[in-house]
Amino acid sequence: MTTQDIAASGTAAGEPIDTVARGNSRLYGALFIALIVGLLIAPHLLYPVFLMKVLCFALFAAALNLLLGYGGLLSFGHAAYFGFASYVSAHAAKVWGLTPELAILAGTATAVVLGLIFGALAIRRQGIYFAMITLALAQLIYFVSLQSAFTGGEDGIQGVPRGNLFGVIPLTDDRTLYYVVAAIFLFGFLLIFRIIHSPFGQVLRAIRDNEPRAISLGYRTTQYKLAVFVLSAGLAGLAGGTKAIVFQLASLTDVHWTMSGEVVLMTLVGGMGTIFGPIVGSVIVVSMQNYLASFGAWVPIIQGIVFVVCVMLFREGIIGVLSRWVKRPL
Amino acid sequence: MFELLGVSPQVLFGQLLLGLINGSFYAVLSLGLAIIFGLLNIINFAHGAQYMMGAFVAWMLLQYAGVGYWWSLLIAPLVVGATGIVIERLFLSRLQNVDHLYGLLLTFGLALIIQGVFRNEYGVSGLPYGIPRELAGGNNLGFMFLPNYRAWVVVAALAVCIVTWLVIERTRLGAYLRAATENATLVGAFGINVPMLVTLTYGFGVALAGFAGVLAAPIYAVNPNMGADLIIVVFAVVVIGGMGSILGSIVTGFALGIVEGLTKVFYPEASSTVIFVIMILVLLVKPAGLFGRAA
Repeated sequence: MTTQDIAASGTAAGEPIDTVARGNSRLYGALFIALIVGLLIAPHLLYPVFLMKVLCFALFAAALNLLLGYGGLLSFGHAAYFGFASYVSAHAAKVWGLTPELAILAGTATAVVLGLIFGALAIRRQGIYFAMITLALAQLIYFVSLQSAFTGGEDGIQGVPRGNLFGVIPLTDDRTLYYVVAAIFLFGFLLIFRIIHSPFGQVLRAIRDNEPRAISLGYRTTQYKLAVFVLSAGLAGLAGGTKAIVFQLASLTDVHWTMSGEVVLMTLVGGMGTIFGPIVGSVIVVSMQNYLASFGAWVPIIQGIVFVVCVMLFREGIIGVLSRWVKRPL
Repeated sequence: MFELLGVSPQVLFGQLLLGLINGSFYAVLSLGLAIIFGLLNIINFAHGAQYMMGAFVAWMLLQYAGVGYWWSLLIAPLVVGATGIVIERLFLSRLQNVDHLYGLLLTFGLALIIQGVFRNEYGVSGLPYGIPRELAGGNNLGFMFLPNYRAWVVVAALAVCIVTWLVIERTRLGAYLRAATENATLVGAFGINVPMLVTLTYGFGVALAGFAGVLAAPIYAVNPNMGADLIIVVFAVVVIGGMGSILGSIVTGFALGIVEGLTKVFYPEASSTVIFVIMILVLLVKPAGLFGRAA
C-alpha cells in the first residue's frame, strides 16, 4: 500500500500526507485487531449459529459494497451468486461427498463463472438499467433454481453434511465451525480491504466518480467494471457456500430478489463505500430478523421503513457518519 | 380440425390470448415506468405494489361500499394516483439532487412496506373478484372460445396506451412533458411549473399501474404478492424495449406477452424465463434496447 493510496482516500484535507497515512494505517491496524479480538470473544458471549449467520451476511454485504460503494454499480441481483453458490456447495457436499472446504470452493467457482457471464452482460448498460438487468438476470437464476432437479425445487437441498474440514477435523460442533467461518470471513474481508487500497481500487473509484474522465485517462473502464463484478460475485458465492454448510441447507430464499434487497439494505444501513459499514449493517439487519421473528409478517414492513428512513435522512449510513466525525475513512 | 405443428388450434389460440393479456399488463405497466423514468429519471420499484393496490382498491370498493367494477375502473386509479402524488411530494421530490439510485432504493422500501401491510391485513391466499355482469360469458369464434372479459382487457389496455401516447405526442400538456424530459431547467425558465408537472407525471404513471390492477382483479385473484414478481418481468420488458420511446414500450409489452404465450405452447418449461433470455439476446445485439436511444 503506497502513501498516495491512503492519502488519496483520506478525507482530512490540508494535513500533510505522511501524517494522514500514518494515522490511517494505525487506525486500521487498531480496528483490525479489535475485529479479530471481537471474533475470538464473541462465541463465548453469543449463540455461535447466530454469529455465523451474521458473518456470512457480513461477507455477502462486504462483497456487494465492493461493487456498489467502490465501483458505483448497484447490483440488485446479488442473491443469484449467493444463492446459487449455496446450492452448488450443498450439492457438492451432499451428493458428491466433497469435504466442506472443497464444497465451498465449488460454490465460489460457480459464482465466479456466473458473475463473469452476467457481469459481461450487465455492464453493457449503466446506472438504473444496470440495476434492472442484474435483477432480471437474478430472477432467471431463481426460475432455473425453481425448476432444476438438483436444487430440489420448493424443498431445497436439506440435510447437507457439515463433514470434516480437510477430511480430518469434524465440524459438527458449532464452536469449531464458528472459527472456520470466522477465518473465511476474515480472509474475504481482508481481501476486499486489500482490493480497495490497491491501485486497482483507486482506478475503480475514479470510474465511480467520473467514468468519462477515467476513459480519457486511458483506462479500459469496462474491463475494470467486469473485474470488480466478478470479484464481488465470487465473494458473494464464498459467503453463500459457507452459509449452506453452516445451516446444512440451500433453499429458494437465498436466490429470491428479497435476498438481493436485504443485502443492499445491510450495505445502506452500515454505509456504502465504507470498509466496516457492511459488518455493522449485517449485524443490525440479522439481529433485527432474529429478535423480531415473533412479529413475523412485520419484518418486511420494518425493513421497508428502514430503507425509507436511510434513503431520506441517513444516506451515509452509520459508519459513514462516524467516518465524518473522526475525519478518517473507516 | 387442422393441426399446426402438432398443436391443436384451441391450445394455440388459447395461449396466444393469454399471452396477449399478459402483454396488455406488460404494456400498461412499462408505459407507466417509461413516463416516470422520462421525467424523474428514477425507476419506480413500487410499480408492482401500486398495481396490486389498484386491484385491492377495486376489491375494497366492492366489499365495503358496494361500488361496482365500472366505477372502480375510474376511482381506483385516481386513489392509487393520489397516493403516488403524496409519495412524490413527501419523498421523491426531496431526492432530485442525489444519485438516482436512491430513488430506486426508496421505492423498493415503499414496495416492501405496501406489500407487507396488505399481507398483514388480508393474508396471501388471494381474494376473489367477480367478472362484471356485462362482460360475463363469451363468444365461440369457431377456432376458439373467446371470453368477453379477456377481450375487454386487451381492448381497454390498448385504448389506454393509445390515448396516453396521443396525449403525450399531440397535446400541449404532452409537449410540456416531452420538453421537460429533454431539459427541465429550460422549460422551467419558460414559466412552466416543472415541480407540479413532475408530481402529476408520477401520479399519472402510478395511476396507470392502478388501472392495470383493476383490469387484472377479475382474472387473477386479488393478492398482496400479485405485483411483486410481475414487476421484475416488466423491468426486463423495459430493458428490451429501451425507455427512449413511448410507443416502443407499448409495442414491446404486447409483443413479449405473445412470445411468452407461444413459448407456453411449444416449450412450456421455458415460459417463465423466455423474457429474460430475450433480454440477454437484446443486450448482446443492441444494448440500448430495441427502441432505445444510445446513452
